[in-house]
Amino acid sequence: MPTTDQDILQKYSDQEYEFGFETRVEMEILPPGLNEETIRFISAKKEEPEWLLQWRLKGLEHFRRLSQEMPEWQNFKLPYIDFQAISYYAAPKKRKLNSLDEVDPEILATFEKLGIPLEEQKVLAGVAVDAVMDSVSVATTFQEKLKEKGVIFCSMGEAVKHYPDLVKKYLGTVVPYSDNVFAALNAAVFSDGSFCYVPKGVRCPMELSTYFRINAANTGQFERTLIIADEGAYVSYLEGCTAPKRDENQLHAAVVELIALDHAEIKYSTVQNWFPGDKNGNGGVFNFVTKRGICKGPYAKISWTQVETGSAITWKYPSVILQGDHSVGEFYSVAMTRNRQIADTGTKMIHLGKHTRSRIISKGISAGYSQNSYRGQVRVGPRADFARNFTQCDSLLLGDKCGAHTFPYIDCQNPTAILEHEATTSKIAEDQIFYLNQRGLDTEKAVALIVNGYAREVLNNLPMEFAVEAQKLLAISLDGSVG
Amino acid sequence: MLQIKNLQASVNGEPILKGVDLEVKAGEIHAIMGPNGSGKSTLASVLAGNELYEVTGGEAWFEGKNLLEMPPEIRAREGLFMAFQYPVEIPGVSNINFLKTALAEIRAHRGLPPLSAKEFMQRLKEKQELVEFNASLVNRSLNEGFSGGEKKRNEILQLAMLEPKLAILDETDSGLDIDALRIVANGVNKLRAKDNAFIIITHYQRLLQYIIPDYVHVLYDGRIIKSGTKELAYELEEKGYDWIKESLQASFS
Ligand SMILES: Nc1ncnc2c1ncn2[C@@H]1O[C@H](COP(=O)(O)OP(=O)(O)O)[C@@H](O)[C@H]1O
Ligand SMILES: [Mg+2]
Repeated sequence: MPTTDQDILQKYSDQEYEFGFETRVEMEILPPGLNEETIRFISAKKEEPEWLLQWRLKGLEHFRRLSQEMPEWQNFKLPYIDFQAISYYAAPKKRKLNSLDEVDPEILATFEKLGIPLEEQKVLAGVAVDAVMDSVSVATTFQEKLKEKGVIFCSMGEAVKHYPDLVKKYLGTVVPYSDNVFAALNAAVFSDGSFCYVPKGVRCPMELSTYFRINAANTGQFERTLIIADEGAYVSYLEGCTAPKRDENQLHAAVVELIALDHAEIKYSTVQNWFPGDKNGNGGVFNFVTKRGICKGPYAKISWTQVETGSAITWKYPSVILQGDHSVGEFYSVAMTRNRQIADTGTKMIHLGKHTRSRIISKGISAGYSQNSYRGQVRVGPRADFARNFTQCDSLLLGDKCGAHTFPYIDCQNPTAILEHEATTSKIAEDQIFYLNQRGLDTEKAVALIVNGYAREVLNNLPMEFAVEAQKLLAISLDGSVG
Repeated sequence: MLQIKNLQASVNGEPILKGVDLEVKAGEIHAIMGPNGSGKSTLASVLAGNELYEVTGGEAWFEGKNLLEMPPEIRAREGLFMAFQYPVEIPGVSNINFLKTALAEIRAHRGLPPLSAKEFMQRLKEKQELVEFNASLVNRSLNEGFSGGEKKRNEILQLAMLEPKLAILDETDSGLDIDALRIVANGVNKLRAKDNAFIIITHYQRLLQYIIPDYVHVLYDGRIIKSGTKELAYELEEKGYDWIKESLQASFS
């Protein structure tokens, strides 16, 4: 009997996670549980100022209120999460390192396995790496070069110590602690994360990147990232992650805040590959992230690009508040799900200023028994004269047991706005695969090529080196088990 | 190069090829003609390994190897090329990237490393000129938004790039204006060599004014009912397919 595309696609869809390993580093772990004491412990550990402790405690307060009624609007059933069973602090014991030589060789080996050489290669590629292993930064490079330009790029913890005024001025201004239950939780217990400030008129001389990695059993990951581009500044920030294999579900509730002032531009790119769980949907990361940016001044621009292939459940809506006149918001997304993965992702574009423009390109790819939803909101306020939005939202189905859904919401309060929406759903046609077979490509390569072509418009928006990585990731997520 | 013996195939249980015999040697050009629905595309698809078609009997040997046992991509890497009657569009996949990938696969099969970027571009430029292919189309997505004629010419460009041993052209001439037809024919004539062969499937005799075949076969109702030299094509053009049908009936009665 000939193998049909169905069979082959099935095989891809059943493929298990490639990066399933765990680094063994001694950790200092707080016992599970969440209460005022937990917060005070974390804050004290990090030697934080009183205002930040109070801010965290407000977060806890809102979390308690918001967690009474967990959200229900999403297109999947939120699994029960026992917040008291999670440990909220873990730090590698050995810290304060002066050079890479002092980094635990096991950590370095892990990065090698992931194909992320911290040393020469990155340096040559001109990428400053702030590697986050769990909660505490263990290695930072290129600080000096950035300092020359006045760019601040450090861990959130260091920022609180050295640039408290900047942190205090902007922290929580885009994603307040009362925003949603996961944002409140993050505010209360955020461990570490990245901080970046690009001063007026400065073009950040390199792509900034951070690699996140969940690494301790039962330890939620609560990163908090804050990026500020001052007037006329430009910065491109890359975030990538991949996590070790694990049986228990892991909660990941990060918050990212972007602030672009007059004529400033922030480009934020993500390649997300958290452990998605096994074939049957066991294990895997819950990725409940709140990402939001604000174009505060005129002609500011914020662009989100994401390639999402991992996590058991992804819940994520990188958004832009277009406050300044003529400001621009963009969202480019590829979300790929297989096995029993669930993705509910999209964006919100909130037009407040005049002549604001937004563009949404969303490409969903679903395989196996997965469910892939696009959820997007375009809101045009009454003062946003001549606002424009273009939304294109495509779904590609691999197989017939998966689901693709789109939930576009439009709320337009200004008659001069122009909003366009296009949506398509397609399958990979057998004749496309045969055509490529006939040119010498096996079916695995053919499917990978077609999928990469489908995602092209989004991948093209990634910085070069990231695009290659993302393309590989899409292929890895698809292939490997044929033969 | 290619031996087909009593090849039979069906689609959805419906027999289409009812015993085809054909032998193609290196250096030869064979034309297969026949009315619509006679099974020409089916024959090409079966040889290329399209699983939509079920082989129900007979044999096909390519360079001494059992063609029917190979998956389609191996047939391609072994040197069998089919120019599609209806080339598909693959959005977002750049023509160049696709050609590079295909060429690398075929070379790897022969134990050769991929061409360097420079060698590849040089070869592409050369072949582009050979088949008079518009350079801007090379940078576009594979066949996406191409006109019918551009798609057909892209097939010939691929043929030129991949240098197969045996090329099967399935109605490459249909839908081409006279200039495009001449370009395609010129391309084939320049590519023909002692060690390769062509099977040219066509509905009309038109193309055969530019590409002179060594043999002409008439496929009718799943069988090759008449074979001859290029004169057979002229005769067909003049007298129409009814003439074949009638002479066929005559020979049976
Ligand atoms: N995919 C298919 N599904 C059903 N019938 C088909 C298919 N392909 C070809 N056929 C049938 O097989 C016969 C031969 O078709 P084809 O090989 O395309 O002929 P030709 O190329 O000579 O015009 C026709 O009757 C056609 O309807
Ligand atoms: Mg045909």
